[in-house]
Amino acid sequence: MLTYINSTNTSTLLFLISVLGIFLNQKNILVMLMSLEMMFLAVSFNLIFASIHLDDITGQVFSLLILTVAAAESSIGLAILVIYYRIRSVIIVELMNLMKG
Amino acid sequence: MYLLILLLPLLGALFSGFSGRFSGHKGVGLISLLCVILSMLLSFLAFYEVGLMGLSHHLTISSWIDVGVLKISWSFLFDSLTVTMLVVITVISSLVHLYSLEYMQYDPHLPRFMAFLEIFTFFMLILVTADNLVQMFVGWEGVGLASYLLINFWFTRLAANQSAIKALVVNRIGDFGLNLGILTTFYTFQSVDYYTIFSLTPLLSDSFLNFGGHTISSITLIGIFLFIGSVGKSAQLGLHTWLPDAMEGPTPVSALIHAATMVTAGVFLLIRFSPLLEFSSIVLNILIIFGSLTAFFAAMSGVFQNDLKRVIAYSTCSQLGYMVFSCGISCYNVSMFHLANHAFFKALLFLSAGSVIHALANEQDMRRMGSLIKFLPLTYSLMLIGSLALAGFPFLTGFYSKDFILELTQITLNNNLCNIQGSFACWLGNLSVFFTAFYSFRLIYLIFINSTNVTRNNIFNSHEPSLCMLLPLIILGLGSIFVGYLTKDLFIGLGTNFWNSAILILPNHSFFVEAEWLKITTKWLPFVLSSLGIILATLINVTQTYVYLYNKIYRYGCFLINKKWYWDALFNRFFVYPTLNFGYLVSFKNLDRGFIELLGPYGFTKLIPTWSHIFSKIQSGQLSHYLFFFVLGVCLFIVIIVGNFLFHSLQLMFFYLVLIFFI
Repeated sequence: MLTYINSTNTSTLLFLISVLGIFLNQKNILVMLMSLEMMFLAVSFNLIFASIHLDDITGQVFSLLILTVAAAESSIGLAILVIYYRIRSVIIVELMNLMKG
Repeated sequence: MYLLILLLPLLGALFSGFSGRFSGHKGVGLISLLCVILSMLLSFLAFYEVGLMGLSHHLTISSWIDVGVLKISWSFLFDSLTVTMLVVITVISSLVHLYSLEYMQYDPHLPRFMAFLEIFTFFMLILVTADNLVQMFVGWEGVGLASYLLINFWFTRLAANQSAIKALVVNRIGDFGLNLGILTTFYTFQSVDYYTIFSLTPLLSDSFLNFGGHTISSITLIGIFLFIGSVGKSAQLGLHTWLPDAMEGPTPVSALIHAATMVTAGVFLLIRFSPLLEFSSIVLNILIIFGSLTAFFAAMSGVFQNDLKRVIAYSTCSQLGYMVFSCGISCYNVSMFHLANHAFFKALLFLSAGSVIHALANEQDMRRMGSLIKFLPLTYSLMLIGSLALAGFPFLTGFYSKDFILELTQITLNNNLCNIQGSFACWLGNLSVFFTAFYSFRLIYLIFINSTNVTRNNIFNSHEPSLCMLLPLIILGLGSIFVGYLTKDLFIGLGTNFWNSAILILPNHSFFVEAEWLKITTKWLPFVLSSLGIILATLINVTQTYVYLYNKIYRYGCFLINKKWYWDALFNRFFVYPTLNFGYLVSFKNLDRGFIELLGPYGFTKLIPTWSHIFSKIQSGQLSHYLFFFVLGVCLFIVIIVGNFLFHSLQLMFFYLVLIFFI
């Protein structure tokens, strides 16, 4: 049985895993984008569980909104990535240091 | 009339200072002379009315400072002490004015000189007529300023500049003591008016103050501070070094300021505060010791000086010592009498010296003079009168005051008085008489009688000055002969009521009657000693015995005394240079330009670029680094928000974190 605590733990764990995925990854930008999607997913999970737990529809409304935002965001992000690849012909994260302070 | 005495010199000063350009030398001379002579005549009138008729005046002009319990007004007190000083100041000042008209005849800045002389006279009059300490301090500082301006009159000369600065700064040390004295007085008496202070002194004679951790009688403390003030102004031992150097000014200035008037201000202060000093035996003992040491030291230093004016300057210093220790043995009226007499014969000596210098084309070294008796007979006679008066020759002015002081010190030798300090003063005073007579006559011999060392050109051009310079000399000469005799009974006569309440002598400090009944042999002692001095000077100069005296020890002794016992060198070595070094190295280089700059502008201009460099290094361009800082920032926020609830020392931790980061 999924209690509220367990499901929150699950979603937090998912969120932390995705943070680490972004964080520890030095090479692949695609993995970073995927981790980003996972973060959205974790947040959506959390909202849905909270909505069920509190018996309130707003959480689900938000999760639907987040779904669309995540879709739009990932499409734009991939588009930027494609453009970037077209110019630099490399998408290794370590080499993206044009904006050095 | 009383205020006019003060106002006239001020008007003269303003006139000669501001309109010298238009009225020329003659106009300025006439107006300033007129002002000061009118002031002199009026002060004679004041002397008649206040001194002889026994009235005393207290005039209040207006309120000056009125804050709470502190009430100071511009008000003037004319009692017998004040009018005596008034007569002395204005007479000497008028004669010096007249004298400097010729002495400074060819000086292009005569109007300025006259203005300074007048402003000096004005401030001196303010000093003596004030009825409270603060107004007195106005005059006190004013004469210091005027002395600076006058010593520095020939401002293109480096030596004059240096001496003027020295005079002012050394005086300021004493003035600081006087300042403290005024503040202590106000703290103790809640007033700075003379009358209030003097009436309250017996009441508060057992009040105590905590000074630097020591409990000290407040009367004693005030007395000591006032004495420090008078040490500076009256050139007592310790702060005497400015007086011989002040001879860089023109000779009339030396006569007016450093012989007759300004240096007497310190003694005047002590005499004025006799109702206070009487209640503190410690202060009186300090006065005796310092006064007698000054008298002895200066008399001894005068012996081997070769500069004509310095010899007289040291004799001034020595005579001031007499005045101070005679205050110390509670003979304020004798001190005042000596002050008045001394003003006459010292002004005479200085002005005659000026006449000699004038005749010899500004030659001041006594070794390059001699046999001027044939060329300047009148100056010789006047200088002889001055020297005899200074040496205390019977029936001249100096005799009546100086020998009486010495007789009074003889009284303190009586065993039952238990006054050891007094015997100290007695021996040193009597010894100084010997030296005084010796150097006075050494001066006479070297200038007038010995065979000449003057250049041929100078001796042919030497001449007696004209009437304008001779008249003051003659008047002062007559004064030096007769003033002591004429005013003896008035000032120090037995049971004279001239001083009224101006001077207070406690009955158990008064030895006047005893002094009259001294053994005749002890009464002769000062005269014998001064005769010995004269005879010794004669012997040495006539038979030229100093040729036989010439050996190594004698030479070192001479050198030591000629260099004024190395006071200046020691002061420079131990006070002046260390202070200058401290000022430059510690407070300027290390603190002002070093430490404070490092904490202030200079430090920040160095620090901020470094920090901004560190900040810009954070933006490495690496996406993963940026992410790290995102997460770190979020974590820090959480830590701060959560941690503030849980731990109280979190701010400190955060501070350490920042510190580690930036260092």
